[in-house]
Amino acid sequence: MTVAIDKDAAAAPAPTAGQPMVRFEKVTKRYGNLVVLDQLDLDVAPNEIVSIIGPSGSGKTTVLRMLMTLEEINDGVIYVDGEPLTHMQRGGKLMRADQRHLRRLRANIGMVFQHFNLFPHMTALGNCIEAPVHVLGMPKAEAVQRAEELLEMVGLKDKMHQHPSRLSGGQQQRVAIARALAMRPKVLLFDEVTSALDPEVIGEVLNVIRDLATQHSLTMLMVTHQMGFAKEISHRVCFFYEGKIAEQGPPGELFGNPQNERTRQFLSAVLDAG
Amino acid sequence: MAFHWRWDFTWDILPQLAMGALNTLLAAVLGYLIAMVIGLGFALLQRTGIWTLNRLVREVVEFIRSTPLVLQIFFVFYVGPQFGLTLMPWTAGMIAIGLHYASYLSEVYRGALDAIPRGQWEACRALNLSPQRTYAGVILPQAVPAALPGMGNYLIGIFKDTPMLSVIGVAELMHTANAIGGNNYRYLEPYTLVGLIFLLISLPAAFGIRRFESWVRRALGMGRGH
Repeated sequence: MTVAIDKDAAAAPAPTAGQPMVRFEKVTKRYGNLVVLDQLDLDVAPNEIVSIIGPSGSGKTTVLRMLMTLEEINDGVIYVDGEPLTHMQRGGKLMRADQRHLRRLRANIGMVFQHFNLFPHMTALGNCIEAPVHVLGMPKAEAVQRAEELLEMVGLKDKMHQHPSRLSGGQQQRVAIARALAMRPKVLLFDEVTSALDPEVIGEVLNVIRDLATQHSLTMLMVTHQMGFAKEISHRVCFFYEGKIAEQGPPGELFGNPQNERTRQFLSAVLDAG
Repeated sequence: MAFHWRWDFTWDILPQLAMGALNTLLAAVLGYLIAMVIGLGFALLQRTGIWTLNRLVREVVEFIRSTPLVLQIFFVFYVGPQFGLTLMPWTAGMIAIGLHYASYLSEVYRGALDAIPRGQWEACRALNLSPQRTYAGVILPQAVPAALPGMGNYLIGIFKDTPMLSVIGVAELMHTANAIGGNNYRYLEPYTLVGLIFLLISLPAAFGIRRFESWVRRALGMGRGH
């Protein structure tokens, strides 16, 4: 068991030491009186693949949504590639980031959503060139060529002129991955990307992510309920409980020999159910 | 008094009524164009996130929707001059009917925009699209098909409301028919013709609008079935 995990982990580019790609520093998020994240500290190294697991309501999706700037934080600072994301430095002091700062820093991050969120009025290709053309200012021909390569990588080159409504859930999610990659993010976030899929197509999406993990230099944060998959591709697994990281470590240790009582309860519950 | 339809009179007044009908169409189309633009402004201003602005526009829209169009027409035309705003009947009429329907259309737009799933906005954010591109490239193209049925209803609606412009002397179809009736002491033929002309324009327009809706859906690749 342990051997298999080590072999798989070795296939992926190893995380680089030094400055973290993503850093949460005492980040707190509240909805009214409800504390969703409680002074969270989390460093993610370049090229590291981190899986976030935990019961619903434990704040795991919120971590990704704050990093994607879909939600504002209440306290603390998030850094991306050494620069503050949620704040900016003005005269030696940190102040809240403005839209311009957010847009510049956001370019480092991409996200794949649980419900795909493809643009229904555009073809698969159209979805993949929209942002490169209109945000990066890439010439259309170049954007199309890159999009074709990416769609080929996710195995959907033959579907590139189809609208999302003509694609299965698994195909839509693969287009969504290609769309996110088209922006060349340094960090890619996966928010329960297989939760809305029929069981028989989950595998095709996981295969794409597995290829990404092993063949590309990309920092990945993944909220998932696929314990087997998290175990297989992650360098580190974080177990969230009530807005905090209750336990974290290499997948072999966290799944094989969990130290925290909550982790044990959670794992036995989901592994029994699965 | 017996029912007595005079065909010679009918043919005599038809050219005049046709001219009136053209003015009616012009008023409806112009008024609708004004309403479409201002209505979009009303709808977008309510989404700025600036609380006081949202509230202000909301109240203006509610006020306009809750008072009669004919009163608004009178108000712009007859009360305007007291505030130094003297307008031609056409101008006053277009402002009044344009604003009135702008408030209706803004509600149609608002509903269509609210119907866009939150995930679409989030995908735009995640792809770093500018707010302008988010609206132009992603949100509005999806909102348009949702807005079309409501917009079509109000296009027919504004067309049928143009006779109210006759009260300030805009020479549209109703005004022409009134004048003919008054001059000849015969109202049966002009008013019947007015009804027929409205029917002849409304029915094909409603059909055309439905065809246009399904064409737009197909063009945007959102067709149901085929």
